[in-house]
Amino acid sequence: MTLLGSFALWAAFLLGCWCAGLAFFGHWQDRPALARSITRSTYAICGALLVASAALWKGIFSHDFNIEYVAAYTSRNLPEYYLISAFWAGQKGSLLFWAVVLGGFGALAQALTSSRHKHLLPYVAGVTSLVVAFFVSVMLFGDHANPFERMAFTPPDGRGLNPQLQNPGMVMHPPMLYLGYISLTVPFAFAIAALLARSLDAGWIIAMRKWALASWLFLSIGITIGMWWAYVELGWGGVWAWDPVENASLHPWLTLTAFLHSVMIQEKRGMLKRWNISLMVGTYLLSIFGTFITRSGVIASVHSFTQSDVGSYFLAFLLVTAIVSFTLLYTRWPSLKADVELESLVSRESAFLFNNLALVGIAFSVLWGTLFPIISEAVRGTKITVGPLFFNRINVPLGLFLLFLTGVGPLIAWRKASTANLRRQFIVPAGAFIVTAVTLYALGMREGYALMALGLAGFVTGTVLQEFYRGIRARMTMHTEPMVLALGRLIARNRRRYGGYIVHIGIVIYFVAFTGLAFKVKTSVDLQPGQSTTVRSPYGATYKLTHLGVSQYAALNRRVSAATLEVSRDGKRLGTITSEKRQHIDSFGNPTFEPSTEVGIRSDLREDLYVVYAGSPDGTERANFTILINPLVIWFWIGGAILTLGGLITMWPGGAQVRTPRRRAVAQAGYAVPLAGVTE
Amino acid sequence: MSLTRRAALRRAALLAVPLAAHRFLAQDTMKVLPKDSIAAADRLAEPWLVGRPQAAITAMDNDLGVIAIERQLHCTCGCTLDIYTCRTTDFSCTYSPALHKEIVAMVLAKQTPEAIVQAFVAREGEKMLMAPVARGFNLAGYLVPGLAVVSVGLALTAWLSRRRVVVAAETARHSTVPPVAPDAEALARLQRALDEVDS
Repeated sequence: MTLLGSFALWAAFLLGCWCAGLAFFGHWQDRPALARSITRSTYAICGALLVASAALWKGIFSHDFNIEYVAAYTSRNLPEYYLISAFWAGQKGSLLFWAVVLGGFGALAQALTSSRHKHLLPYVAGVTSLVVAFFVSVMLFGDHANPFERMAFTPPDGRGLNPQLQNPGMVMHPPMLYLGYISLTVPFAFAIAALLARSLDAGWIIAMRKWALASWLFLSIGITIGMWWAYVELGWGGVWAWDPVENASLHPWLTLTAFLHSVMIQEKRGMLKRWNISLMVGTYLLSIFGTFITRSGVIASVHSFTQSDVGSYFLAFLLVTAIVSFTLLYTRWPSLKADVELESLVSRESAFLFNNLALVGIAFSVLWGTLFPIISEAVRGTKITVGPLFFNRINVPLGLFLLFLTGVGPLIAWRKASTANLRRQFIVPAGAFIVTAVTLYALGMREGYALMALGLAGFVTGTVLQEFYRGIRARMTMHTEPMVLALGRLIARNRRRYGGYIVHIGIVIYFVAFTGLAFKVKTSVDLQPGQSTTVRSPYGATYKLTHLGVSQYAALNRRVSAATLEVSRDGKRLGTITSEKRQHIDSFGNPTFEPSTEVGIRSDLREDLYVVYAGSPDGTERANFTILINPLVIWFWIGGAILTLGGLITMWPGGAQVRTPRRRAVAQAGYAVPLAGVTE
Repeated sequence: MSLTRRAALRRAALLAVPLAAHRFLAQDTMKVLPKDSIAAADRLAEPWLVGRPQAAITAMDNDLGVIAIERQLHCTCGCTLDIYTCRTTDFSCTYSPALHKEIVAMVLAKQTPEAIVQAFVAREGEKMLMAPVARGFNLAGYLVPGLAVVSVGLALTAWLSRRRVVVAAETARHSTVPPVAPDAEALARLQRALDEVDS
């Protein structure tokens, strides 16, 4: 199977080079047969990579430990669902995963794109195939990067999967994040295709919009599941630590979010063409930068793959892609002039511009903090690694500014807003802000940032509810529909708009949940069996936890030591909570990794009780526990689900037809002569 | 308002606005049950399964002053976490408990938090800090993102304001054209255009 896998990789590489060569140098414009060959090459690449993936999966599921990758990431007693995730658990497998998914997306882009955009498709195929060829070349020519590499001997069992990766979150989180990163190649390819074909109207945006939305959705889901995994697996009771690899996933998400907003201005008004295409190129480069960070080990991270020379390949790819893209952009710059120009500071276009400023500003500040160790080492010779204190100091104000703009954007009219319009639109959201902030202040909250964040959450919620209320009321009046039907049809007929508002609600919930974490309580105790401790929650409730003892038993691929506590809140028994120490073993009973910790979590809408069994001071059932009460954590997952729902609504096919913007030769197109007696 | 009703309202407010009760944030000290209700701690059958033996928890482990200091300092094990997070998360780490012991000793010796942080920086270098001190080149670290956003924001505002002036001038120029009465055909075209917009 390894021979077949290697052969398939070579086939994919050669096909990728062939396809890219034809697309960029083949003069296919005059030869339809060549254009067809380009399209078919993408299908062949996809097929070859599927064969390679099947070969690796065969090796994994048949426990062929002569394959170095299989021996390093699996073992005979690893549960089957983790055998699936072993495919992308290591450097080599994840490279193959990346290549095969990109091969699939490249083929899908050819198959699903409307024939209206067929003049772009060969270039799109060229870009996606070139990127696939690059990833396959890393596997073929990189140092120890080939997933089919065999060893000189066959060990009786594999090392197994890192215990922290043996979590359902890790079955979902990496592929979702990879899908987000990888699918970004398609909108990027459309941007490059538009530049190459000098087809710089809104066509490329219409062709790739669903891909961009899909990338955003995958990244959002991937980031949220990653937060969940960090929360339930790492035992520190938080969801985001500003680790470089975490930050790397946030960069493209932020710039892609900016793109999804600014692209609306191009669609509706024919503006920001240069900005949008630059933003798409930048977003793609940030996704490659994230890959470089994760795989090079250039910046210390708990999430990095093993350091290898693969990083240098990605650095070279990043630089070449940046130079080629921006050179192309420079040569097409004059053709990217806006059809019309902005007319007013107080307009939705301006609000979107400031929204882009905030999003790109946060992306820049996170990138700056991520790279600061390298910058400081280059300037001062000292590698200063910065942590959450640094990032929070910079990003919290920017985040609040962004939250404010999330509420402002939908309230301002396109082109130019009048004072009357502003007054009518802002009164409810501003009232919601004041009521929220004043209520919290009256109840004793004094933390400025928390007050501001929750007040602004009220403001944005007020904006969204007002938009829904007006839309529903209009439908009820015009079509005499009952409220629920009016709501359903309102969303169904304006999916982009109202799906977007639902996404905004998801984002608001994230902000509220992050604010809640600022009030978490954490303590360490050591308890004898039968001994109790009490912890006061931020809401004033008192938890009593009684240590019931530690039991030790064997499970499928591990030996478990489970410490159980009985929990009551304000005297009412809630049940028990268990945290475990797991010593993973191979099929011969030999320990494979250091003991890992599984936290015990008891969750409700207000707060999570989070218990970590740290170990024993004296080898007895006496146990050290770290106990946390984390307010509002469940709202991260609810917010993530709402955000996903909004994203799905936005990109769901059908709904109202999107009008192609009418090209306006001049800003004053229409009636050139003012009408007497008609005032604005 | 009766006391019961007030208590009910207060409870409702706490439920509705979850963070409001943050001022009650407090940590009780451990309460020990009567001696006869505590079982003897049986020896674990396989103690090695629970990892490295842990030190018994003391009051200083939860001391807010000690924690505040530890949050400012990197653990030196290479994990990128601060000392407090590392010692309460990575129970296999041997560096963070040792650093914690040092900090506790310095606190008990009545050293100020600033002096303790400085002592670690003097020994390990500036890389020990979770957030670099805002002076010298580090100032750039703190100021560059904010300055960049503010500068671009100001430039954007100035540009948009200039656009407003340009558009106003264009509008004024057009308004010098004497108004004429619309003819029926123009009104019909306008109506058709409006209908198209509404549909």
